[in-house]
Amino acid sequence: MLLERKKNKMIDWQPTASLDVLRQRAEILSRLRAFFASRDVMEVETPLLSHATVTDSHIMSIVAPFKELGCEKEIICYLQTSPEYAMKRLLAAGAGSIYQLTKAFRQGEVGRLHNPEFSMLEWYRPGFDHHALMDEMDELLQVVLQLSPATRMSATQVYQLYLKIDPHEASVDDLKTCAKLYIESLPDMADDKNNWLDLLFTHCIEPHLGSDAPFFLYDFPASQAALAKIRPENPPVASRFEMYFKGVELANGFHELQDAKEQRGRFEKDLAYRRNHHLPSVPMDERFLAGLQEGLPDCAGVAMGIDRLIMLVLNQNSISDVISFAFPLA
Amino acid sequence: MALYTTNEIRGGMKIIVDNDPCVILDNEFVKPGKGQAFNRIKYRNLKTGRVVERTYKSGESLQAADVVEVEAQFLYYDGTHSHFMVQDTFEQFVMSDIEVGDAKQWIKEQAICMLMLWNGTPLGVTPPNFVILKIVETDPGVRGDTSGGGGKPAKLETGAVVRVPLFVQEGELIKVDTRTGVYVARAKEE
Repeated sequence: MLLERKKNKMIDWQPTASLDVLRQRAEILSRLRAFFASRDVMEVETPLLSHATVTDSHIMSIVAPFKELGCEKEIICYLQTSPEYAMKRLLAAGAGSIYQLTKAFRQGEVGRLHNPEFSMLEWYRPGFDHHALMDEMDELLQVVLQLSPATRMSATQVYQLYLKIDPHEASVDDLKTCAKLYIESLPDMADDKNNWLDLLFTHCIEPHLGSDAPFFLYDFPASQAALAKIRPENPPVASRFEMYFKGVELANGFHELQDAKEQRGRFEKDLAYRRNHHLPSVPMDERFLAGLQEGLPDCAGVAMGIDRLIMLVLNQNSISDVISFAFPLA
Repeated sequence: MALYTTNEIRGGMKIIVDNDPCVILDNEFVKPGKGQAFNRIKYRNLKTGRVVERTYKSGESLQAADVVEVEAQFLYYDGTHSHFMVQDTFEQFVMSDIEVGDAKQWIKEQAICMLMLWNGTPLGVTPPNFVILKIVETDPGVRGDTSGGGGKPAKLETGAVVRVPLFVQEGELIKVDTRTGVYVARAKEE
């Protein structure tokens, strides 16, 4: 008996977040739901376990094989990295404004600001563009969390301000030259423009964003469009935005791409990148593409990391401080 | 040669960067939601003491350094070099003043120290956490003073200067925490 109790003491079973933090977390989640209820945005639930997944070059899915009882054959499934495709299928089916508070899973991501499963708030607004959705997100942060009104800058302005370069026009060599100027030692990277933009952004820009109030960064280089519409300007600009608070990335949103053919082309480009970099190949989500083909309403959507948001609002140091049982103890 | 990938790197591990042995201080995973993952790795160069932060692409490999710590006794100082001996094996190591660094002011003959060896070559020495040393020089204290108040500087037999309470006198033995350089108590010969 005594021996057992001793053994039990050596196993770390306690929550990684304090109960006080968990109570405050529950309060924030209920206020978020109230915000959407007051605006007639419907709460939905979509599968965490799906037959297809994202093709993103830098987002890897956790594979979860499914086997029907009595059946030998395994069906490869994936834990969802975001509910985006399923929610867009609902939109194509005519659901109207929808939101979801759910878990998302990312292979390989663990650290002070990363947990392989994390809570995500994602919502879609038919008839909104990315600016209208930034307005609503700004209101949400003010109403639900009493944050100061957000500021907003385009990628062109932000890169000019901190690095004196134009992210749309800069070549890989320009970005390398710039990185040599600002970063002590550079990782061994191939000539991929987006990777160099990521390096410069994470090291030289992100830490400065949103120190007092939430900060929206909008209109990304077309190469970083992801699932955003690209406006045919010169140079072309992606109608994408991200939100930062206290130097931490919290949200990513789009004026959503509606063109199924263009979407398929982007998936194929992602898969080609994966092949060239020896990254796992995944099936394209044909059901999502079929929904898009049928017709996605003109809409904007955004996903926000809830653990990070709560961490910052409650002045905690790591997301494990606001998750009941962070991954190492899960 | 053994390799670590960025995700295996933890504080305290020893790696080789640009041919120098280094100790890891911190490893932060940095990744934009939709972007390339990096590890910002902070380390101290064990030869120069310089702290450097370097960014790696997640998944890159780093070379492990064969760095070990052994217990060794300080034998003597010959005017330019310090001589140590591992008591079990009688293996002796000679270190320059630069290699011994700040540890020199705390160690007297026979002190048991930790030597850090890289491929068998000493890189640094850590003195015992607590040492008992004789005060060789300090101003006479004011009578009636207790341990409160400002204290005074005292020079120790190994050359270190520490602040001691006013009642502590020249010729006395004191115990000092070498990690902070702070006086702990008066001491008797061990």
